[in-house]
Amino acid sequence: MKLNERSLVCYATCDSPADNAGFLSKKGERNTAYHRRWFVLKGNMLFYFEERESREPVGVIILEGCTVELCEAAEEFAFAIKFDCAKARTYVLAAESQAAMESWVKSLSRASFDYMRLVVKELEKQLEEMQRGLAGSRSVQRRSPIYRKTKPALCNGCAVWNNAPCVDTLPAGDGPGGLADSGSGKPPVCPGTVCFSKLHDWYGREITELRREWQESHKL
Amino acid sequence: MRYSERELLSLSRQPAEKAAEILMRAPKKGSVLKKRLVKLVVNFLFYFRTDEAEPIGALLLEHCKINKEEENVFSISFIEEPDRKYSFECDTEAQCQEWIEALRRASYEFMRRSLIFYRNEIQKMTGKDPLEQYGISEEARFQLGTRKL
Repeated sequence: MKLNERSLVCYATCDSPADNAGFLSKKGERNTAYHRRWFVLKGNMLFYFEERESREPVGVIILEGCTVELCEAAEEFAFAIKFDCAKARTYVLAAESQAAMESWVKSLSRASFDYMRLVVKELEKQLEEMQRGLAGSRSVQRRSPIYRKTKPALCNGCAVWNNAPCVDTLPAGDGPGGLADSGSGKPPVCPGTVCFSKLHDWYGREITELRREWQESHKL
Repeated sequence: MRYSERELLSLSRQPAEKAAEILMRAPKKGSVLKKRLVKLVVNFLFYFRTDEAEPIGALLLEHCKINKEEENVFSISFIEEPDRKYSFECDTEAQCQEWIEALRRASYEFMRRSLIFYRNEIQKMTGKDPLEQYGISEEARFQLGTRKL
């Protein structure tokens, strides 16, 4: 099967930060000797190089549908990456210390795209529920003296937060799921200013109050 | 570079996010459009001859750009070689847009940025880190900002 190898090599060797990196000894497939290799984990791809300075990986292990377990082996601090499919190869690796082994087992067992997707979906759901919660409390809200006439604008409160200068905005392209859909349109002209930070502060006061009340009612 | 065909094959058999028969052209000069079954599974795009069970090839969708070309057409290129394009001609413009959206969201890196974004938003709203309950707050891959190793 063809694979865009050149791109994979670039992905492996480019500057983008790795999720884990270090020396591990890898047990040979046929030969039972262990070979020390420099391993680099990026996303769900585990690359291994002959040397740390090598310009190209010797190989790559695709970390989908696998489990990572400790195992009994000739080497200390050994663990195995096992795949579900028939006649799949098991990779036996050995770290150089207990701490390194634990770090690798943890990062490898959470390396799959599927796992990442699960966590993202969960957080997305949580955020949507919170935003709906805010919307709900807004319509019921009567007592707060600072609550002004800007109800529709606060639906865009999340859009305002999305553009907060201090945080990364949603990746360009499209927002995953609902966020991109909530809060279309623009907030009304902010009293007396077009300066974003003032707008931010102005909405911020109401949001802070609502958040506090929401937190109390949900007993977080 | 060594990789496991068996792992790739197994992955190609997983349920797809998206699959369709689309005309595809390889970046090689003089390539022609050929009908392929194109299947998106996690961050891989597999392509099959329409009557075969095993893919001819796979594209890892990291560090790539999904470009809208002319009507019904989109292309995939990789950042280190932006002129080398895999071209795809869909049946309709709507189908073309759907694929572009799906492929842009298909990378691990995209999901990571989404996760960091949501984590941050939730933390701002509640004062709590939503990843703590899963015991993964300290994972390098979920950190905002540069991760140096």
